[in-house]
Order: sequence, then C-alpha cells, then structure tokens
Amino acid sequence: MVWEIISIVISLALITGGVFFLGVGVVGLVRLPDVYTRLHATTKCDTMGGGMVLIGLAFQADPISALKLVFIAVFIWITNPTAAHVIAKASWITGFMPVQGEQKSQKGGMPVE
Amino acid sequence: MEDFAQNVHLVAVILILVMIFFCLGRAIVGPTAPDRVAAINMIGVKAVVIIAFITFIFDYLYYLDIAMVYALMSFIATIGVAKYMEKGALD
Repeated sequence: MVWEIISIVISLALITGGVFFLGVGVVGLVRLPDVYTRLHATTKCDTMGGGMVLIGLAFQADPISALKLVFIAVFIWITNPTAAHVIAKASWITGFMPVQGEQKSQKGGMPVE
Repeated sequence: MEDFAQNVHLVAVILILVMIFFCLGRAIVGPTAPDRVAAINMIGVKAVVIIAFITFIFDYLYYLDIAMVYALMSFIATIGVAKYMEKGALD
C-alpha cells in the first residue's frame, strides 16, 4: 500500500514536470525569432517533456504497458533530435539565414541572395 | 488517490490541447516552410502523449499500440517533408 502511494506520487510529479516542459517548448515556438532558435527551443523541451510524461505514466501501469511506454519514450528520444537535425539541415541548404542583430521576428529567417 | 490521478490526467490533457492550438497557430502563421514542419513535428509528439493519457483515462490498453504507430508515422512524415525541401524530389 505504501509503495502504491509512493509510485503514484512519483508518477504525478513526473507528469507535472513533463507538462511544464511541453509548455515551455510552446512558448519558445511562439516567441522566438527564426527557424533555428525555434528548433533549439522545441526539440529539447519536447524530448524532455514527452519522455517525462511517458515515464511517469509507466509508473502506474501494469508491466507490459510500462514496457510499451518505455519503448515509446526511447523512440521519441531517438527520433525527435534526428528530425530536428534534418529540418535544420534542410533549411540551411535551402538558404534560410539565421536572424542576427535587431531584426524583428516575423521578417527574420527569409532567404538571402 | 486513483480519482486524484484521473483528475490530474484530465487537466494535463486539457493543457496539452491548448498547447496544440498554439502550435497550430505557428503552423498557420509561420513565415517559412521549416517553421511549419517544426510546428507539425511538435504537434505529433503532443498527440502521442495525449493518446498515452487516453489509455489511462478510459483504460483502453490497446491504445498504446496506436501511440507507437503514430510516433513512427509522425517521424516518417517529418523526414519526408524535410528531404523534399532539401532536394526538391523524393527519389
């Protein structure tokens, strides 16, 4: 009984922290000026937050569901940085330049000659 | 304790839905194509998390397999669109 309460408390703490990190990632996506800074914000926050929520849910599941949740978390930890790297590489090759200096947000990131 | 956990799951799902609407706004507004791809990748991760929550709210254990397949499909879609942006073709 004590262990059930302890596991649920750990689970809810991990879920709360994960939702907080997902929210921070959304703030970075909405407010930062160009593609590279947005990727910098969203990738790390999404990887951390999604993994924390899934591991936290695994604490209150039966063993097979916990194994599936850990598999999904490891899959997100592998594929999400890979996807961000591919997006950043594609936008760099396409010719989008990072914002430098005092440019405003919506104008930044356009291709230059 | 179980009821409290269920309420926490519901509140978390509602918060993640509000975040998804902000991501959708960035995907609509976003001035360049890589912004939209990044926003849609983020929506995919949040959808996987929401499907995992639904598993525990309604006690449908087979939804975890759907979450797994959704993670795979979201990753492949992102890679495909990025490769199309980079090379102009998908061959």
